[in-house]
Amino acid sequence: MRNADRLCLAHSWVAFAAFLAAAVLGTWQMWVRSPLGAHVGTPGQYFMSVTAHGVAMAYVLTTFFIMGFGYFVAVTALNRPLPGLLWAWSAFWMAIVGVLMVLLPIAMGQATVLFTFYPPLTASPWFYIGLVLIVVASWVWCGLMIVAMWEWKRENPGKPVPLAMFGTVSNAVMWLWTTVGVAVELIFQVIPAAIGYVQTVDVGLARTLFSWTLHAIVYFWLIPAYIAFYTIVPRAAGGRLYSDTMGRVTFILFLVYSLPVGMHHLMMDPEHGNGTKFIQVLLTAFVSVPTLLTIFTITASLEIAGRLRGGRGLFGWIAALPWDRPTVLATGLAFVMLGFGGFGGLINMGYGMNAMIHNTSWVTAHFHLIFGGSVVIMYFAIAYEMWPRLTGREHPSRGLLRLQLWLWFIGMMVMTLPWHWLGLQGQWRRVANFNYADPITAGWGPLVILSFGGGLVLLLSALLFTRNLFVLHRGTIVVIARPLYALAVHPPQRVPAALNGFGLWNVLVLVLMLFAYGYPIAQFIITPSPSAIVHRMSAQ
Amino acid sequence: MSELHPEIHERRILGTELLWAVGVGILIAATLSTIVFTALTRDINPPSNVERIDPKTLHLSGEFTEQNLGTTVDADGAVTARVIATQFTFVPRCIAVPEGRRITMRFAAPDVIHGLLITGTNVNTMVVPGFVSQVHTEFTRTGDLLMPCHEYCGLGHSEMWATVQVVPQNEFKPDQDRRVACAKR
Repeated sequence: MRNADRLCLAHSWVAFAAFLAAAVLGTWQMWVRSPLGAHVGTPGQYFMSVTAHGVAMAYVLTTFFIMGFGYFVAVTALNRPLPGLLWAWSAFWMAIVGVLMVLLPIAMGQATVLFTFYPPLTASPWFYIGLVLIVVASWVWCGLMIVAMWEWKRENPGKPVPLAMFGTVSNAVMWLWTTVGVAVELIFQVIPAAIGYVQTVDVGLARTLFSWTLHAIVYFWLIPAYIAFYTIVPRAAGGRLYSDTMGRVTFILFLVYSLPVGMHHLMMDPEHGNGTKFIQVLLTAFVSVPTLLTIFTITASLEIAGRLRGGRGLFGWIAALPWDRPTVLATGLAFVMLGFGGFGGLINMGYGMNAMIHNTSWVTAHFHLIFGGSVVIMYFAIAYEMWPRLTGREHPSRGLLRLQLWLWFIGMMVMTLPWHWLGLQGQWRRVANFNYADPITAGWGPLVILSFGGGLVLLLSALLFTRNLFVLHRGTIVVIARPLYALAVHPPQRVPAALNGFGLWNVLVLVLMLFAYGYPIAQFIITPSPSAIVHRMSAQ
Repeated sequence: MSELHPEIHERRILGTELLWAVGVGILIAATLSTIVFTALTRDINPPSNVERIDPKTLHLSGEFTEQNLGTTVDADGAVTARVIATQFTFVPRCIAVPEGRRITMRFAAPDVIHGLLITGTNVNTMVVPGFVSQVHTEFTRTGDLLMPCHEYCGLGHSEMWATVQVVPQNEFKPDQDRRVACAKR
């Protein structure tokens, strides 16, 4: 096995180990919250578990998987060795140290602040320093992705960057912008408070800086799924990509519109006025454009595949698609979850309607369906494409791969549809237990138990996924001759510079960020708001 | 794909993509128009009064000192409920409000971030130390509603809730200090 292959596998295994542990914790939390486990565990244990679940899923699974997949794309799509392998391995070990520094204080009950760590609640300083190490490691990855593309362009002047790499670098560039908000919050506000250098903190400013990161980070997690939609799925289905240009436009739109929208998470906050909130709602509406374009382009690509396989009529091509292939199945299931989650998201971004569901189970349902559902099921599909190419082994049973995907889909739907309904009833988030003796909450019991059932199915799927990966290390050795990346119907010969790089788009991001976040942040610098006393959740 | 089906000629593909993009544009324009229309005509806006208050001293003087908390009816008939959100309770724990009358609710926190909603209504706001959160609403049905803290505020967060007692207008009678407390039950 080549060094770069080991690099991809090491990252992906850390990601999925964290995923499995977090799946166990998540299921336990659902049991404790339900009438079945009403007397199990203490609030301290519950919130410790929520913190670990959030950190493992949102920071470890995602960051490590995205880095591993990025290295894989840089090698396979550009067809050249990865630059800076030593840098990549150093970043890997730095991120591992970071993860341990984050997880140990959580396990010791010194960082029960949830993965969003809103001050003035503060954890042990090690928790934040560990997070900084993970972020710095991901910056090294961003640099390596940009260098890989730059070197390829120098060797291939005038040629369009392969779409998979274009998408990966768009994500790297976006992530550099995204992490600025939380990095400033951590370095100038939270870490000085956690180590005791300052005793008060401007809470409004901290929330605003975190919101800068809070929405774009979700697109950082999501873009690998979109890279798979555009570059892997059409080939897996036996067809071609309908439009390479639309892929490029989509990744650019994500870079531009993911960032100036984070304040829609602060819609119910008192520290911002309606004008600035409305500006970001407006921009949030535009971030739905790349998704809506993708739905069309990928559906058209699948239609080409279905018709090439003999599908006839308006919908006959759907039945003709090779649903027995895990990547095609995962895409279909991801689209269904994206549909439900997307319409839920329209309510969340609704400037007025947000009040109906803010901080209720509706929101928990929304991001589990979009991220845990659509995105993570595509992580599975990518893993099932990536592993055989790294280990040179095939899984003996495609049926087990499909079963795992179906279980994930069913579990996610059974878990999140009741949550949506409970959220509309006013069931609030982030509590260790409900008082089911209260007449208002008593009626929620059966739905909470139903969603716990969905959680159990998800856990089963997570276990089967891990087993499938192990099998992919032990199966018989075969030579994988299948090409991975799809050709476009009209493969581009030349593309305009604007669709082959990000220089121009960075200027636009800067302008939009000044427009959207300029005043909201400046107001705290012009006249600092009254600060709150730091509240430590850790022993000093 | 040497002989191209007319549906997948390059110009045709560009045309269908643009047509779809126009549809997307119409969808977004319709969504945003609905938001602007309801905000302007029905006054549906998020709670955003941007009013600062020092969390370290709000118990010493001003409107959030203890004797000012709860529901007050001003001389002009305006009803205001003032509530402190603190680890791990609301003060007061029961808030009396009249049915069918526009009221103002004002919240402040002395310690960490809290949040609240009132079940079965659209009342929802974060309570961020450093700021006063203000919500205008009108309760349309009498009875007891639950007002839980919905933002994690520490290990006792799950135990933090209050009751909103919505009473008929004829039972909503201010005392000589123009204040209304919950009925004892």
